Amino acid sequence: MRDVAVVSYAASAVAKDTNRNEVEIIVPVLREAIEGAGIPRKEIGFVCSGSLDYLFGGPFAFVAGVDAVGAWPPIRESHVEMDAAWALYEAWIAIQTGEVDSALVYGFSKGSLGDVSEVMTLQTDPYYTVPLWPTMPDMAALQARAYLEESGRDERDLAEVAARAQRNGKSNPHAVRAGDASADDLLKQPVTYDPLRDSDMFPVSDGATAVVIAADDVARRWCKRPAWIRGIEHRIEAHGLGVRDLASSESTRSSGAAAGVGSGSVDVAELHAQFSHEELILRDALGLGDDVDVNPSGGALAANVIMAAGLSRIGEVASRISAGSANRGVAHATSGPCLQQNLVCVLEGE
Amino acid sequence: MTETFVSHHVLEYPGGYTRSVGPVVGRFLTSLRDGKIEGVKISDGRVLVPPTEYDPVTSDPVGDFVEVGPLGTVETWTWVEKPRVGKQLLDKPFAFALIRPDGADTAWLHVVDAGSKDMMSTGMRVAPRWSAERVGSVRDIAAWVPLSDGEEAQTAPPRTNVSDEEEGPVTGMISPIRLEYDVTAGEALTRFLVGMSQGKIAGGRAPSSDEVYAASRGTDPKTGDPTSIEVDVADRGTVTTYCVVNIPGLSDLAPPVPYVSAQIVLDGANNMFFGLIRGLEVDEMRMGLRVKAVWAEELKPDYRSILHWEPSGEPDAEYDTYKEYL
Repeated sequence: MRDVAVVSYAASAVAKDTNRNEVEIIVPVLREAIEGAGIPRKEIGFVCSGSLDYLFGGPFAFVAGVDAVGAWPPIRESHVEMDAAWALYEAWIAIQTGEVDSALVYGFSKGSLGDVSEVMTLQTDPYYTVPLWPTMPDMAALQARAYLEESGRDERDLAEVAARAQRNGKSNPHAVRAGDASADDLLKQPVTYDPLRDSDMFPVSDGATAVVIAADDVARRWCKRPAWIRGIEHRIEAHGLGVRDLASSESTRSSGAAAGVGSGSVDVAELHAQFSHEELILRDALGLGDDVDVNPSGGALAANVIMAAGLSRIGEVASRISAGSANRGVAHATSGPCLQQNLVCVLEGE
Repeated sequence: MTETFVSHHVLEYPGGYTRSVGPVVGRFLTSLRDGKIEGVKISDGRVLVPPTEYDPVTSDPVGDFVEVGPLGTVETWTWVEKPRVGKQLLDKPFAFALIRPDGADTAWLHVVDAGSKDMMSTGMRVAPRWSAERVGSVRDIAAWVPLSDGEEAQTAPPRTNVSDEEEGPVTGMISPIRLEYDVTAGEALTRFLVGMSQGKIAGGRAPSSDEVYAASRGTDPKTGDPTSIEVDVADRGTVTTYCVVNIPGLSDLAPPVPYVSAQIVLDGANNMFFGLIRGLEVDEMRMGLRVKAVWAEELKPDYRSILHWEPSGEPDAEYDTYKEYL
């Protein structure tokens, strides 16, 4: 296996970008990531992106993203209709083959164009589920109740997660939601998707995320303190919600075990929890104790650019390692309803 | 700067998306049409409802069908205060729930018509309320309803929509999909659309390059650099490649068939521009034809301000002048 590291990370997020189209949103983020890495753009061996055409409402919408990359002379390029954390996984595989030494990975979307809650219904099975139109937060709420009733936790535990996310979001320049509301304040807000409140659900976000990864000496040459990927794994569960135990996340647990989460201490974890209860389920699944700094960026409750937010979790952990404020961290990304599919990445300094 | 344009966009498949359902899903939907709920046995002896073609854990093929329910138990639920009318089953507040029918080992996502949230609890007993108009769909159960102790489930009423012809098993279904968007043009495309309302084609160039792109999304696609310098492009150019369309009704804007759609390299631009070519017989159409834009009388910030393109009367362009665009 080749050692591969994250060498730079850039992101942007706002609640609603009324002026720019997707390409115009991607351009400055790619530039920041590439300049941050220092590697000349034309020397980056592979480009892989993650996005969702249904968020734009047109087929092959992702192709426009390539206009932001500089694809002439022709480049090696690929795309996943998933969160860009899975694009990073593909790029990591490409580097493992030895064909390339570095890769640019990016994800983007404008969640504000349509109704994200309904768009995400279309990722459920078309025979039994889509005809009933349960929205993304409806399904999350089914999981939240299943989890609370099985774990014995309650809505206050959810509000504590939401309040900390908002507080942490204050130090994140790209947070869409941040503030000083206490758990008590949040509990006074109305329940919207029972048992969830709006503060338990991600804020709709427009933006992009980009990461540059590189292998071995290429990473060492361009980065003072690369964030090495020590383990990366993803697993998926059945799509039928009634088949799974919604109160736990077996695919996160097994991914985390395979990625080696438990083989060392964890300083920081960035979990792609789009709803408050998901953070609690993920912490349980990964065995993260109270000493772990979870979602110091505010996580997906502070900003959730769909198809980019999972990659942002990897970038947030990597940037803390590169800055020297953490030595070993865990990043998580999710896809599908109710944490159906999960990716876990363990990162470490030299 | 100008506020960028926003366009309301509806994504909808006329008549709905048609799907084949296959033998397992088809059998389940056929049973619903007949007013009963069936599950399928999987290798560890559990009964899977609703059934899939494979064991969701081992991927083994599934076994025999068994009838389950009709009573069921709510395993988890959420309350929907504001139903999405036209999409969700009920137009009054209801619950989504995972319901495990008696005799099943898994739960089915469906809706409970409980009247009020206070009626809902995990573990509550529910029964299906069947629609009389059953077509072979999960919507054949109009909703599940709470059941008090000792109350019996209602059997499915006779169907009201049965035709005289003998019906076979359900083999397909139609899924209507409708999503609405407000799409943002962005800065570069807004400059182009403003140009359209002024009878000109606004292109852009990146400071790092001499190449000009008309109607681009705001970057030089070769380099990814923003095309920050606005450059007007001529409303005439050379046809590179084209196609003769013989299929009528492709869009409301399409002229009667046969007609020609073409890629045009505009004078002063380095990318292709799409347009319809009129003003000559389709068998006179050729690569290298020089064309000019025919503008609408009323100009709008809209691509359709150019109605179509027609021959400019100039001699055909030499192949060498446009070959790199083919």
